[in-house]
Amino acid sequence: MSLGFLITSLEQGLIYGIMAIGVYITFRVLDFADLTVDGSITLGAAVSSKMIIMGYNPFLTLIFATIAGGISGSFTGFLNTKLKIAPLLSGILTMTSLFSINLRIMGRPNIPLLSDDTIFDIFNVPFSLSASSELILILIVVLLVLITLILFLKTKLGFALRATGDNPAMVRSMAINTKSIKMIGLIIANSFVALSGALICQYQGFADISMGIGTIIAGLASVIIGEVIFGSEKLYFVIPGIIGGSILYRGSISFALMSGFAASDLKLLTALIVIVFLSTPKIKSAVGGKFNVKAN
Amino acid sequence: MLKLINVSKTFNQNTVNETKALKGIDLKVQNNDFITIVGGNGAGKSTLLNSIAGVFGLSKGKIILSSNDITDMPEYKRAKFIGRVFQDPLMGTSPDMTIEENLSLALNKNSKLTLKWALNNKKRKIIKQNLSEIDLGLENRLDTKVKLLSGGQRQALTLLMATIIEPELLLLDEHTAALDPATAIKIKDLTQQIISNHNITTLMITHDMKDALKFGNRMLMMNHGDIIIDINGKTKEKMTIDHLLKIFQKKNKQGFYNDRSILSLA
Ligand SMILES: Nc1ncnc2c1ncn2[C@@H]1O[C@H](COP(=O)(O)OP(=O)(O)OP(=O)(O)O)[C@@H](O)[C@H]1O
Ligand SMILES: [Mg+2]
Repeated sequence: MSLGFLITSLEQGLIYGIMAIGVYITFRVLDFADLTVDGSITLGAAVSSKMIIMGYNPFLTLIFATIAGGISGSFTGFLNTKLKIAPLLSGILTMTSLFSINLRIMGRPNIPLLSDDTIFDIFNVPFSLSASSELILILIVVLLVLITLILFLKTKLGFALRATGDNPAMVRSMAINTKSIKMIGLIIANSFVALSGALICQYQGFADISMGIGTIIAGLASVIIGEVIFGSEKLYFVIPGIIGGSILYRGSISFALMSGFAASDLKLLTALIVIVFLSTPKIKSAVGGKFNVKAN
Repeated sequence: MLKLINVSKTFNQNTVNETKALKGIDLKVQNNDFITIVGGNGAGKSTLLNSIAGVFGLSKGKIILSSNDITDMPEYKRAKFIGRVFQDPLMGTSPDMTIEENLSLALNKNSKLTLKWALNNKKRKIIKQNLSEIDLGLENRLDTKVKLLSGGQRQALTLLMATIIEPELLLLDEHTAALDPATAIKIKDLTQQIISNHNITTLMITHDMKDALKFGNRMLMMNHGDIIIDINGKTKEKMTIDHLLKIFQKKNKQGFYNDRSILSLA
């Protein structure tokens, strides 16, 4: 196994980890099975890549991608809280709509960024360590995301978000509108997912209309691996643990590729991983069985 | 003061499952009233409390709290003035959050949801002090997740959460029914203590006739969606269970029920 392989897995794991944190917020904290993710990750990539080829600063495009993701989350929230459409279907409806919207934004199914500057071209650490500036930049972004989220979850609003996933009736009896809280949770989660999408397209050098397919399962796999391996009791451990889970997940995917699986087999492999994890009683109890609750 | 005017609630209207759970209830609750409510299964007691709390809309009628018409106010807004404790100890707390985190939500009940810290030293002090008043040693376990507490401890915590910001109205729905007898007595005493210390207007449902007579200054008996007995003051103090049963038999003309079983005395 080469060092390059490890660094690539690490970098991918970190970037996709931001998406996994979004999945964690909806599925675990809010107890809302949000499938918007497959669309909002591509939305982030679409906004970022389009703005880059239009000549905008690539860092600035990250902000707009994040905002766009938040808007897509609010649409799912609107469908669920105002139109009373079930959580799963609300997410699927947004995801489906986003496919057309993303195509509109991009203007074509694929935008290559090879001749344009991305954040990774602009950012250079002053001292020369080979290939390290990419990793450092990614680490900075991930750290910012982690710190923001952990601090947020300690505020009044953050407490309300955590309690809403746990016991919404109690939250209402504390004079809090659980619908607004759901909305806020969906906005935050999909902002993270879209930010992750924007970073991915800049990292890999292109945006593609179908890059989001299967994202939700990859996100769930990362969350579950993170929780099983890094424990799920204290927030400060769980949230970085999910990034860890994402890194391990990307590592195993790369490993599978090296051992001869075709790239097209990966979705099946990922689904199998999630199925195995969700059906193993021991692991189920470790993650609180929450993913299985919505089965009926 | 709480006023119910001709309050009716019909579930599944115009279907085969139609249930008239409340049939035109008129009720005036004075400030500082501590009212106990008894009645058989399905009498409409919980529906009455749920209507007041705004869990669902009314089929007919009006609810006035402190001269505000709250009939159409959503549940979470009414919660600003109403505290609730349910039968199920799991219903009142967030199991994955700690004792202090749960209580901080209760303390923030009337303030805006902002990005300020949910907990600070000042709040911790208030929380500790309130916990030491209920005397279960919980003040030393602020960091314990609520899911690790016993039913009685949770119910005590829920009671504290419902009253730490003094509500205008406290609704208790058989809140000791799921506890073992010794714990139930403790929680009842705690309830009495909190209510009289803060003069909180309270409606308390119970299946225990003795408790219904022992606690509070007024007692209601419900049957088939109506209030059939409403006694207070001296009349209530002098009332006995046997006498209550006689009144009940006289009022309940349908007669084919076993009255003792209806009142859960059998
Ligand atoms: N959400 C609901 N949907 C349909 N019917 C309901 C609902 N809630 C209560 N009912 C019906 O309304 C009637 C009154 O129920 P309620 O729960 O108020 O009785 P209760 O006096 O609290 O009884 P118990 O002592 O068993 O708790 C019952 O016939 C019940 O089946
Ligand atoms: Mg009841």
